[in-house]
Amino acid sequence: MRALDSDLVYNFRRSPIAIISTLIVVICVGAAALAPLIAPYNPFDLASLNLMDSMIPPAFLPDGTAAHLLGTDNQGRDLVSAMMYGGRISLIIGLSAVVFATIVGILVGLTAGYAGGAVDAVLMRIADVQLTFPAILIALLVSGVVGVALPPSLHEKLEVYVLIFAIGISRWPQFARTVRSSTMVERGRDYVLAARVIGLSGPRIVLTHILPNAWGPVVVIATINIGGSILDEATLSFLGVGLPATQPSLGTLIRIGNDYLYSGEWWITIFPGVALAALVLSINLLGDWLRDAVNPRLR
Amino acid sequence: MLGAATASYRGRICVRGISAIPAFIISRILQAIPVLLIVGFIAFALFAFVGDPVNIMLGTSYTEADRVRMTHELGLDQPFLVQYIKFIWAVLHGEFGVSYRLARPVSSLIAERLPATAELSLAAALFAMLVGIPAGVYTGIYRNAFTSRVFMVLSLVGVSLPTFLIGILLILVFSVLLGWLPSYGRGTTVAIGGWTTGLLTVSGLKALVLPAITLGLFQMTLIMRLVRAEMLEVLRSDYIKFARARGLTNRAIYFGHALKNTLVPVITVAGLQLGGIVAFSIVTETVFQWPGMGLLLVQSIQVGDIPVMSTYLLLVAVLFVIINLIVDMLYFAVDPRLRVGRAR
Amino acid sequence: MSALLDVQDLSVDFPTRRGRLHALDRVSLSIQPGEILGVVGESGAGKSLTGAAIIGLLEPPGVIVGGQVSLEGRRIDKLPPEQMRRIRGRQIGAVFQDPLTTLNPLYTVGRQLVETMQTHLGLSDRDAKARAVQWLVDVGIPGAAERVDAYPHEFSGGMRQRVVIALALCAEPKLVIADEPTTALDVSIQAQVIALLRRLAREHGTAVLLVTHDMGVIAETCDRVAVMYAGRVIEVGSVAAVVHRPSHPYTEGLMASIPALRARVDRLAQIDGAMPRLNAIPPGCAYNPRCPKVFERCRHDRPNLMPAKETQAACWLYAEGAVHG
Repeated sequence: MRALDSDLVYNFRRSPIAIISTLIVVICVGAAALAPLIAPYNPFDLASLNLMDSMIPPAFLPDGTAAHLLGTDNQGRDLVSAMMYGGRISLIIGLSAVVFATIVGILVGLTAGYAGGAVDAVLMRIADVQLTFPAILIALLVSGVVGVALPPSLHEKLEVYVLIFAIGISRWPQFARTVRSSTMVERGRDYVLAARVIGLSGPRIVLTHILPNAWGPVVVIATINIGGSILDEATLSFLGVGLPATQPSLGTLIRIGNDYLYSGEWWITIFPGVALAALVLSINLLGDWLRDAVNPRLR
Repeated sequence: MLGAATASYRGRICVRGISAIPAFIISRILQAIPVLLIVGFIAFALFAFVGDPVNIMLGTSYTEADRVRMTHELGLDQPFLVQYIKFIWAVLHGEFGVSYRLARPVSSLIAERLPATAELSLAAALFAMLVGIPAGVYTGIYRNAFTSRVFMVLSLVGVSLPTFLIGILLILVFSVLLGWLPSYGRGTTVAIGGWTTGLLTVSGLKALVLPAITLGLFQMTLIMRLVRAEMLEVLRSDYIKFARARGLTNRAIYFGHALKNTLVPVITVAGLQLGGIVAFSIVTETVFQWPGMGLLLVQSIQVGDIPVMSTYLLLVAVLFVIINLIVDMLYFAVDPRLRVGRAR
Repeated sequence: MSALLDVQDLSVDFPTRRGRLHALDRVSLSIQPGEILGVVGESGAGKSLTGAAIIGLLEPPGVIVGGQVSLEGRRIDKLPPEQMRRIRGRQIGAVFQDPLTTLNPLYTVGRQLVETMQTHLGLSDRDAKARAVQWLVDVGIPGAAERVDAYPHEFSGGMRQRVVIALALCAEPKLVIADEPTTALDVSIQAQVIALLRRLAREHGTAVLLVTHDMGVIAETCDRVAVMYAGRVIEVGSVAAVVHRPSHPYTEGLMASIPALRARVDRLAQIDGAMPRLNAIPPGCAYNPRCPKVFERCRHDRPNLMPAKETQAACWLYAEGAVHG
């Protein structure tokens, strides 16, 4: 394990792409995590918003002011602050969705792999059917259906969880497949037979002996899925089935700004767009690098 | 003796060669049936259990008698199994219920919107393949050339940018700043029978450019990268070295021998990506206000119009099954090794 | 007598980040029309590379850095790619090692034959097809008229190598470079394929450069043989002389290490150590650290081929005035 770590460090230092990506990710995550402390304004504080301040261009344009470096949006929200808070929501949803997908995938994969037989066949058939559809389509339909099922009064309050659920549910099959195949390999090993002979219970064998062996690929797949999950959230919010304008994520900001593209206020949509693209690109590059560094065969 | 052996050999090839194709396809169709049944069940479950269609249809002011009448009209007072069978029966006859939002049959809504989505998706798929495959071949052959590196960097950006952002950027540049191309709608359309096409007017074709590029860009970069990777792999193979040693021309080697061998994986991915194009047409149609099925779906989801959602799900499932079937048949056409009954 | 192929002082380098590797170092060979020349040596001695350099198909980053290759008196090592392409297949054919991977799986063997002949001989479709069938008959494919439309995966390994030989010979080249043509085949089939190659070469008057590490194949098939070691040719001579009365100490060791079928030997001789890697070739004679007869000069000066007993050997034992033999 230690040898692997030092290999990773060595590889990392020799890869400028990995270093730059990490830098961008750290800046984005830092800005998002510390938003309440370092953001110049609180975009959620409706009292501080003044429509007189709306549509101010970025500081480097003729009408811009230093008070709003990247300008303001249609409601007079400072874009820098809105992007920091928006990035925060985007990251929280993206990461939570991956965690959710990982947990569901691991549970299903372990069950299918260890139980085998009909249970395995049914679970994997469901995974296959779902994999036929693009993840974004599943997430879109799930969030739509949950939206109908929930009473309208709860929508705004629960929208974040709805998105986490919808995106997570659209991405579990990949994890389940990987975990299942590791489980099936490990299940036949002597030490598992030995554990059975001692009389350890099924769940205990699975959790303490089999699961640890499946971690490696799971971590890699999770990393690769983070970028996609963040994009899914942004896409759903852009489509207007995600977060409302009162608690905007990066995708919501882009959607709001899109309406003003034609009237020349391009910055409302472009700055959040660039931030989103830079973040996702960096995460993807880092994920690719990690995959190649950990397991060249997955390439 | 020799003749007999040869004859029996020939016989084997023929029997397998001819009978394998239908058997293979039939097994694929059989495999697709459970998929369709599962999706059909989900669509029905949505229809029957999610939300309260009666409430939605009646609006805010209604009497109890209205309610009972509506419930009966929609068949919601019947047992579950009867409802399911009726649902399947109706679906098989092209009846998908009535939209809550627009109070019109979903089938006619879809029929109106289908041509727009079909033309957009096909244009995007063509763009992805007609640009992606040659670019992949080029970057695979001249992998160190400057232009190849430019292609690769551009493709990396293309893969990482979300579809809607690409659309917004294209609109900003080509509509807002340059004013060359329209930024929304289909332009002028012509109706041929029940099909409205934008392909016959200049304004329709102009309107198609930006959405098609937006939608196809991701698939284009993906196909290009895949073809390039496969080209590199194939060009290292012994049969390409041997083809060179036989003195074949570069043209024959690259386009006859190498490209054909890259096709099998390309077909797989291109087939899957066609599904992706349909899914992301939802996003593209929203960006460009393109009056297709995707825009209809988004508008329906926003107000919880379940019949439209479940119909869309069903149609997409059928479409994907068909795409997979076509992909399998293409394998057959390309790779003779599959024809001798050596299943994968 | 003018040689068909004449290789003079051919040197091939592989530039790497840690300096240039001299993969071939002043290799000289010649082949007379219709002659079969064997090239033997351990893996990595440069046998296959010599063949690749001659037909102009060195894998990058390998480059020819010195010497010349002449075919019928005309230099071919510096030809533009298009002219070199016309020589490949038409003047110099090639047979590769593994018949399972040398044929394109997506085309029928007939199409591959037709394509090769049409590229070089300008035949009509009908003539090319007829000749393709005839070639399959000539290389001993049963039911050739039908099998011409079969795909490579429908043939066994030995049959595929016959097809490869037909492909190498179908444009009637004057020389065929056969790179380990039997190594990937079953032992029982090796002899058939070698016999086929030899018969066709005789019938068509084709010269063969036969690269192999199998001394048995060499002894049975070749007229002359060249022994390679660490990128150099260290001995050339008639098969009988090289096999039975070798001059170079390395060849002596090589021959002693081959088990003879009839002779009962208690222990096979072996050569101590291993061939040096390309980045660690010692100065002087490359063989000197392993040579039982090494003396001072071997460690400093590099020997070229010189007359030695019945062969030519690159060994200071045979330098004029040497008294160490």
